[in-house]
Amino acid sequence: MEIRKPKIKGLPYEEFNDNEYIETLRKNGVGVVMGNLDSIINWGRSNSLWPLTFATSCCGIEFMSVGAARYDFARFGFEVARASPRQADMIMVAGTIVNKMAPVLYRLYEQMADPKYVIAVGGCAISGGPFSKSYNVLQGVDKIIPVDVYIPGCPPRPEALLYGMMQLQRKVKVERFFGDVNKKEPKNCRLPEIRPEEKPVFASKYQDNE
Amino acid sequence: MSTIKSIIQEICPQAVFQETENAPVQVRLQAAELAKLLKPLREDAALQFDYLEDLVGMDFGEKLGVIYRLYSTVHNHRIIIECQAESRQEPELPTLSHIWAIANFYEREVFDFFGIHFIGHPDMRRLFLRSDHVGYPLRKDYDPASNPLKLDAECLPDDTSVYVDHDGKTQIEGHTLFEKDEYVVNIGPQHPATHGVLHFQVSLQGEIVKKVDVHCGYIHRGIEKMCESMTYPQTLAMTDRLDYLSAHQNRHALCACIEDAMGMEVPRRAQYIRVLMDELSRIQSHLLFYATFCMDLGALTPFFYGFRDREKILNIFEDTTGGRLIQNYNVIGGVARDLHPDFIKKTREFVEYLPGVLKEYHDVFTNNVIFRQRSKGIGLLSREQALSFGITGPTARASNLACDVRKHNPYSIYSEVLFKEVLYKNGDCLDRYMVRMDEIEQSLSIISQLLDKIPQGDYCAKTKPVIKLPEGRFFKSVETARGEFGVFIESRGEKYPYRLKFHPPCLPLVSVVDTLASGNKIADLITIGASLDYVVPDIDR
Repeated sequence: MEIRKPKIKGLPYEEFNDNEYIETLRKNGVGVVMGNLDSIINWGRSNSLWPLTFATSCCGIEFMSVGAARYDFARFGFEVARASPRQADMIMVAGTIVNKMAPVLYRLYEQMADPKYVIAVGGCAISGGPFSKSYNVLQGVDKIIPVDVYIPGCPPRPEALLYGMMQLQRKVKVERFFGDVNKKEPKNCRLPEIRPEEKPVFASKYQDNE
Repeated sequence: MSTIKSIIQEICPQAVFQETENAPVQVRLQAAELAKLLKPLREDAALQFDYLEDLVGMDFGEKLGVIYRLYSTVHNHRIIIECQAESRQEPELPTLSHIWAIANFYEREVFDFFGIHFIGHPDMRRLFLRSDHVGYPLRKDYDPASNPLKLDAECLPDDTSVYVDHDGKTQIEGHTLFEKDEYVVNIGPQHPATHGVLHFQVSLQGEIVKKVDVHCGYIHRGIEKMCESMTYPQTLAMTDRLDYLSAHQNRHALCACIEDAMGMEVPRRAQYIRVLMDELSRIQSHLLFYATFCMDLGALTPFFYGFRDREKILNIFEDTTGGRLIQNYNVIGGVARDLHPDFIKKTREFVEYLPGVLKEYHDVFTNNVIFRQRSKGIGLLSREQALSFGITGPTARASNLACDVRKHNPYSIYSEVLFKEVLYKNGDCLDRYMVRMDEIEQSLSIISQLLDKIPQGDYCAKTKPVIKLPEGRFFKSVETARGEFGVFIESRGEKYPYRLKFHPPCLPLVSVVDTLASGNKIADLITIGASLDYVVPDIDR
């Protein structure tokens, strides 16, 4: 049974449907009542994603540009940038994450309330980018936190940022809220290989789940 | 020149001088002799080196050491002092921090990267890397695999160590940063008011700031070490990502340094284009300063104004260079591609457009009562302090310290254009704001002078496929939107630099936060930080 056809302005349904991830989400099917409730809630959730103001370097300036008048992400419901991770729905990792910053980012992610999403912005956040050979740079944030959308570029253009954010909206729209997202357990978090004597304290609960 | 030599020779008989024409005095000293020389260097009437330009740590191969570059604003002369530590296992050098305040941060940086202990330094902690980092990354024998990623939170100790000399033997003494009953608030590393990932530990008494301890390094990307394994054209890409708001100017500095070292002539057209781009990026940087400074003070409308007008410059950049924020435009020998046909027309439109908008800015914000009260007389920086802390750029010029590299040590075609060096007297937050707003007008005037005169010709000189620099040390500095950005290259005749050091204008700025904020209210700390306008990746490199 097909779940539903999300309507997204400016994006043909065929193009939207061409996505393997959606197939896996739709595998199990959903009931009529729950499905319709889901779509109402997801419509609201996807159009009011609050980003955390988190920027380490160059991409952060482009993030500010997207917030300013010309690109104006308020059109898509992103304008409520929160300084506290407790109030944010998604974190846009804009900029290089170095070894000293990695625990801080990890902690910020932990502090966010579920359901939460991560967008990796720019080459540095995706793979280390131009600094991948450095002794102090994390080779992609997906080594420590799960990433939903990757936006390539150095730095990505504001249009690319908007497109990436809309991709996240798509993802939110096809999720099942009841029984899935609202009860999300943090089990898909991939931890880097850490030497046994240096095991972080807060990593234990993830290891139990696996 | 000869007086400097004779005075130094009198104090340090073993000093080795290196003679080069049209270059500052270069001298090699022993560590013990350097300690004797420090006071006369600063205080002798014929020397008066009051400004520590840079302090470059070096791994000379067998020994570790430091290259000091000192400048006298009184006599306009410069000296380069090289000093090597005795042993590689426990390298020790005398501290300069009691004479030039900025040496405090520079020496911590050298300790962090090379492991050199500075005897008498009040606070010998790592500046950029985690306190549990193993090894010293900029040494040539450093193994990057020795530091895997750690995800446990870093524990910040309340005390620090001081290396003291006791009759020729070095001892480590403890020194308390924060007392047990002190009320310490952490601001950052994730905080909207720190303009990036900077961490302040602020000790408070009620609402009054007693002390600010700055923790850098949350975006230390190890650019200098990476550059040592890159060819010269490859290193260019790194400069844009240091201070991304002065991308053109940073790259200009490195290109000019390499060109000077090669003795290469840059075509006139390329020089005009470079200066035009430099001034445009200065304006866009100051517009962003206006936007964020006002936003930090609670005025959100100017944020939209500033960004609206900044986008106009970005459009001009994009036409010619293809990039908005990071342009990768300057190359060795000139610029990467010719100007877009619309460049002159669009730039002229912009130059005519902006003065009207600036008036609007002043109407909306500058004369606002709340803004005046929050910025006037707050965060006073005297001229002497600015010198001692090695501060350059608009922040120093707000304290009446004339330090514009474009004026005092003109590079490219800056000697041919007319502009005023904006100076203010009070050195408070208001003046730092006003300097930047006035500099926008000066930059506009430079642009309009040059627009009509862009000569025809090549935009880039031909270079060899493999660029090698002759042996030696090369230095070049330019004026970015935040101050003097310097590039130091030690070349050993190969296609890779042996050591490449970027002198960031923002590190002195952040080192002075403690001095400025102490005694003020905690809300003023935000104003002070915003008025200094530092860019964090530039501090950390």
